[in-house]
Order: sequence, then structure tokens, then C-alpha cells
Amino acid sequence: MQFRTRAIHVGNEPCPQTGAVVPPIHLATTFVQPGAGEWGEFDYSRSGNPTRKSFETTLASLEGGVGALAFATGMAATHCVIASLKSGDHVVACSDIYGGTYRLLHKIANRAGITVTLVDTADLAKVAAAFTPATKLLWIESPGNPRMSITDIEACANLAHGRGALLGVDSTFATPVLTRPLELGADIVMHSATKYIGGHSDAMGGALVVRDPALLKELYFVQNATGAVMGPLESFLCSRGLKTLELRVREQCRTAQQLAEWLASHPRVAQVLYPGLTGHAGHELARRQMGGQFGAMISFEIRGDLAAGKRFAESTKLFSLAVSLGAVESLIEQPASMSHASYDAADRAKHGIADGLIRISVGLEAFEDLRDDLESAFGAI
Amino acid sequence: MSHAQMTRPTAPGDISSVSPSLPTPEQQFATAAVHAGEARQKPGDAITDPIFCASTYTFADTQSVIDFIEQEQPREEYGRYGNPGERVVERKLAALEGAEEAVLYSSGMAALVGLLMAKLSAGDEVIFFDECYHRSREFCTKHLGRFGVTTRQVKTCDYAAMEAAITPKTRMLISESPTNPHLSVVDLERFAEIGRKRGVDTLIDATLATPYNLRPIAAGVDFVLHSATKYLGGHNDLLAGVVLGSKEKMEPVRNLRGIMGAVNGPQNCYLLGRGLKTFELRMQRHNENGMMVAEFLAGHPRIERVYYPGLPTHPYYEIARKTMRGFGGLVTFLVKDADWRATADVIDAVKIPRIAPSLGGVESLIEQPLVMSYYQQTPEARKQFGIYDNMIRMSCGIESADDLIADLSQALDGAA
Ligand SMILES: Cc1ncc(COP(=O)(O)O)c(C=O)c1O
Ligand SMILES: Cc1ncc(COP(=O)(O)O)c(C=O)c1O
Repeated sequence: MQFRTRAIHVGNEPCPQTGAVVPPIHLATTFVQPGAGEWGEFDYSRSGNPTRKSFETTLASLEGGVGALAFATGMAATHCVIASLKSGDHVVACSDIYGGTYRLLHKIANRAGITVTLVDTADLAKVAAAFTPATKLLWIESPGNPRMSITDIEACANLAHGRGALLGVDSTFATPVLTRPLELGADIVMHSATKYIGGHSDAMGGALVVRDPALLKELYFVQNATGAVMGPLESFLCSRGLKTLELRVREQCRTAQQLAEWLASHPRVAQVLYPGLTGHAGHELARRQMGGQFGAMISFEIRGDLAAGKRFAESTKLFSLAVSLGAVESLIEQPASMSHASYDAADRAKHGIADGLIRISVGLEAFEDLRDDLESAFGAI
Repeated sequence: MSHAQMTRPTAPGDISSVSPSLPTPEQQFATAAVHAGEARQKPGDAITDPIFCASTYTFADTQSVIDFIEQEQPREEYGRYGNPGERVVERKLAALEGAEEAVLYSSGMAALVGLLMAKLSAGDEVIFFDECYHRSREFCTKHLGRFGVTTRQVKTCDYAAMEAAITPKTRMLISESPTNPHLSVVDLERFAEIGRKRGVDTLIDATLATPYNLRPIAAGVDFVLHSATKYLGGHNDLLAGVVLGSKEKMEPVRNLRGIMGAVNGPQNCYLLGRGLKTFELRMQRHNENGMMVAEFLAGHPRIERVYYPGLPTHPYYEIARKTMRGFGGLVTFLVKDADWRATADVIDAVKIPRIAPSLGGVESLIEQPLVMSYYQQTPEARKQFGIYDNMIRMSCGIESADDLIADLSQALDGAA
């Protein structure tokens, strides 16, 4: 069965008791057991819940994994991976990284004696050089955030496996519609399901998908022991979101490509960071790794200072000024004053986060309406 | 794009009335599906509307109650009269339909009953085209009579017969378009013109078309009804219905709903609104899949006939092509030289579509009208309604068309 068909049917078998075409939402915290010491499929909802299982089964199929684990948030999913490491282990991670992951690695993982090295993972030589004998995990995002850098997943998998480490990929921006990292050799795929998977800005969630049953067992052990599971209502909303995932992502990518091209020729734009543009450093790699579409996140630098960027981001009428991404409604933010405000000016410059940098998440609105909205915001700066 | 433009998308295909500098109607539709009806800044600054589960709404003091009544202030009062999430969805649906007003119900049938009860009195008459959802017919023929309302059925698309049936007591002309399950397509302008000329309200149940494919109001029809359970909700996970029309004509409809009480719960309203965000994408895919499946079936040696308005062989192809943007996901067909059992064998052999009533959801459904809806009817009655033993109705979901066609193909070849 094709991706789109699996998104609707795998994991969503009609309820055997009632025939309900959409499986019921099981809010139950506990399940009646067949006998003392005899266990049914589900016993306690932290350990397993039918509605969560349904979502996990669909997602595992879409990513081509042996199983998936659904978490309360994307950060809880990443934390589960980190919590499976031991004191003394070393992590190599990409520098174009989500701020929350940066914080988890540097301010939480370090407390357990886990060390971290950040490198530009678009440069494989740098990645190889960052490995130490203690490196157990290579963690990448592609496209990266906020500079949309593209990392070669297959090459990273080979590199990591050659050094006895696992490769984890935060594939939140790409989604399984565009990239399936497990097929490229990655060991773990991580999603903030809050984004494209839920897709409607109305559910927090995270997920891990793996291709090795032993690794699934290990991560499940950590999840069950630490408890940051996805709730049944969120699981239902995420399952519902998966059913339109391909339609949404493909449409959002089409609109993003048009917007990126329009922005690239706009006189008030200094630079557009979008892998779908031929001038983007990762364009060729993205073309291979993302199946011909390039995601729906665009960063661009307007000609102007911090205040001009702020005015621009505050002037749109369709794009809402908000962090997060991946939903049906378009969002806009200024990394320098919002997602990366904790960096000082020098640090921002070092990470390529210019004052005039704007990040947009392209939703399902019409291209013309979004373009007109940005054009009128240019008029306001 | 101004808000006014966004909330009043033009009829599909009607590009002539739009100045070239404006986005095309289709593109406005996509934006309206996401944003129309919603406040830009929502309670709690949340990006999505909250779900108000409250059954009742409080007043600060006695004077506020008096002001609310005397000044007819627009605010919430009690859950049966409406709730904020429901109003958002009603405004969104009105925007997508190009209607002034939408009133939401707990199901499509509740919408039909609500509208007719609000508009008809003892002694009145209604006339409807005979191809229709069997429960709509049942309500009109069996239950309206108990309230002294007379119902006349005329052959679908026989406009002369409809006009001839009108008497001074006629209050409403009713049709589906496309009809269920034969997918006959009504010439809406002609239908509306009969009503206008004779001073009778017209109602189109456009459930199978949806506002993406058809705009009855733009054609002059007074009321549009949808079972929102179908494409509008779109995920086979909620029941809802909606009636749309002008503010003036809808006022008594809304008032009676507040008394009869078939309102939609706040959680359901939220899911409906959520489904509408992807409405255009889903409809495009339903249209594509419906067309591809219909073409596949039309070329299959085991198929006697396909009812699909997008096929040139369909009796209403010309009017469908002129008035509809797409033809939807519902495809009805007859299996050649098959009795009811051999037909059932085809249904039992498919693997992707589920056997179930209903239509319009992301997952494909399949059914044999004889068994599902007309099992208890006499053979004569079935014949009268055009329900044949070898008839199958399939609602194409948004799965891959290749998978659906491969599945039908193996079912038809295997069950031969
Ligand atoms: C790339 C990426 N990874 C991880 C996360 C964290 O996910 P969550 O907010 O669901 O915890 C985010 C969220 O913003 C993200 O953008
Ligand atoms: C054309 C049509 N109208 C009305 C209805 C009734 O809608 P509901 O099932 O939401 O009450 C249906 C549903 O089966 C239908 O197909």
C-alpha cells in the first residue's frame, strides 16, 4: 500500500466490538486483567494505551520502522533518547539545532555526566573529527533550525556506525512525507508531533521511531520508567492529523517554494534560506534526500535592523506572530527577538542569526494571499 | 485581501466578477477554509479557538441581564442557543458557501427536520424530486403528514412536472444535487427560477457536492443543506448538519433550533472546524479519486453501468460540467449479469474500503444499497427508486487512487 493509504488505514482497524470505522478514544487509565499475574495486551495507560498504540502503529508504518513510541512533547521524546545514555557517554550534535534540544544537551544531559560537541553537520569532515571513543550518539536535524542547513543522513549513518554510535535524526521539519531517515540508515527518527504530524496547532506531542527491535525495547523501557507519554486525546488528534499529512505537507511545500522564489527576487530581502532555491548550499543534497520538495519553513533576512525586523514580523495580517510551526495556519517570528533572544548579539552573529532574520512557517492558505500579506508588511518597515 | 473578500468567495468558475488583481476564487477558498469565521486574536491569545464546554454563561449583575434582553446584545446566554465555537464554525461554513447565515445542527437529518419544521405549517405542501436519501424521503412522506403537511414526489429533474405540481399551498421545493445514490445533477438555475416565479422557497441538499464543487446560493436557491457528517467533517468521526441561507429567511430557523434543541456539542464543533481547515485539499483528492475510479470502472468488462457526473456517458454530464468544479468521491455502479449475491461477493472481496453506510470521509466506504438501505423494502418499491440488486455505491476516500483501483480490480476479477 502507498504512503497515503497507509496513513489512513494502518493502525486504524475498525473497532472489533462495534465496527466503528474510527477506533474509539480510550481514556481509561487502567485495564481489567484476565487473572492475577496474567496480563492482557494493555494493563496501565503509562505502559500502553490502545489509542496511543494506534497512532504509534501508523507512524511506524509511515517511517518504515519496527515500532514507534509517542510522547507528551517533542522534548520528552528527545529526552528519552538522552536518558538511554550513560554517564561518560559523548554526543555529537548539529549546530543548526532547535534551541530546546541545545538546552537539554547542555543544561540537563551534562548533569548526568554526558558531554556534547556541536558541529556543523553539513560538513562531514567536521563531524568525523568531533567523534571520540566515548561517542555513542550522533544527533542531527535536517533541515536545521533556523538556517535550513541540510545534512547528509546516509553519510552520517555510515560515519556513526563506523564508530559504534547510533544516529538520531530530528525529522520534525522534513516529516516522513519528504524524508524517511530509517531507510537511509538512521537508527532513531524523532518528531515534535506538535508540528506537521498533529498539523493543526492543537496538540502537543513527540515521537520516536526505530528500526531495531532491541533498541525499541530499550527506549520503551526508559519511556515507561520515566512516564512522559502522549495522552489519549492527543493521540487521537495526531492520528487524525496523519490522515491528511501528505496532502498538507505537499501543498505547504508547493506554496513555500513559490514564496521563497518570490522573496529571493524581492528588493528588500538580503538573503533567503530555503533548500528549494538553487543557490542554497544544501540544494542538491536536499533534492535527493527530500524527494523533490523542500519543506515549508523559510528563513529570510530583510534589509534592516532589529527594529525593522520586529516591525515586519508584527505587521502581517495572515501570518500570526507566534513560535512553533508546521500547522495549517501560517506563522511568523523573528529569531533574534523570539526563539534565539537568549543569545547575545555576538553569539547570534556567530550562529548566523542576523537581526533582520525572519522565519516563516507556511500554512495552507493560498500563495497569493500570503504573498500579498508579506508585501504589505514590507511596506510597514 | 480584505476580510470582506475572504468571507465572500465567489462562485467557482465565476472568474468574470473578480478583478484580475485579486486572487482567484479557488485560492481565496483555501485561505477562507483556514481563517474565515475566526477572530484574528482569540481568547487567551491562543492560535486555535478554545472549546467552551460551558452549558451556561454568566452575567455580572442583574442590570447586565436586563441590558442583554432589552438591547438584544450579541452575547452567549445558554448552550442550547449557541456557543462560541459553534458560531466560529457557522461563520466559516457561511463564508465557504457564500451565504449570509449558517445554522448548525447535531446531524444532517436534524438540519432537514429543523428547517422544515420552521418553515411549514398544517395545510402546506412540499414537492421534492424523488431520488434522495431514504430517510429524507421517509421524514417527508411519513412524518410531515402527521402535522398536516402534504408531500408530493416528482421524477428527478422533471422541471415541468415539478412546476405543474405547485399549488397555492406549496411552500417548499426540495432536491438533492447530485442525488443519492444515482448522482443526477439538477439544473439549479432552472430549479431556483421555478421557485422564484411561483413564490415558493427552494432547498438543495448539496451534501454530495459540498461548497467546493457547487454553489446553489449563487444560482438563486434559497436554502442549502449539508450533512456535515460527510465531506465537511471529513474524517468519519462526527455527526453534524447545517442549513444556510439569507439572514432574513434563516432567522426563524435559528429560533426554532433553540427550542427544539438539536444543537451540536462544543467538542464536535471543534472537530468540524478542524476538519474544514483541510477541506479544499481533501475535496481535490476526493474529486480526483472519484474520477479515476469511475473511469476505471467504466472501462471494466464486468461493469454494466457507472453513475458518475464526471463521465460523458452520464445523463447529466453537460449540466454537471457547466456548474460543478469537480464531481466528488461518490461513485455508483452496476455489476454486469450479477444477482444480489454475486454483487455482494464483490463487496466482500474488497480490502481497502470498509463496508459501512455514510460517505465523504478520508477512508473509503462501500455498500450495496439493496442491503444497506433498502433491505426491508418491497422489490416494487426498490424498482421505483431505481435501486437494483447489482448496484454498489462506493465513497472514495483520500487514499491513493492506485491502491483503490488495484483493490477493486482484484475484487472484480476474483469474484467473477
Ligand atoms: C525541530 C524541533 N525539534 C524539537 C522541538 C521540540 O518539540 P516540542 O515543542 O513538541 O517539545 C521543536 C519545537 O519547537 C522543533 O522545532
Ligand atoms: C444526501 C444526504 N442528506 C442527508 C443525510 C443525513 O445526514 P445525517 O446522517 O448527518 O443525519 C445524508 C446522510 O446519510 C445524506 O447522504
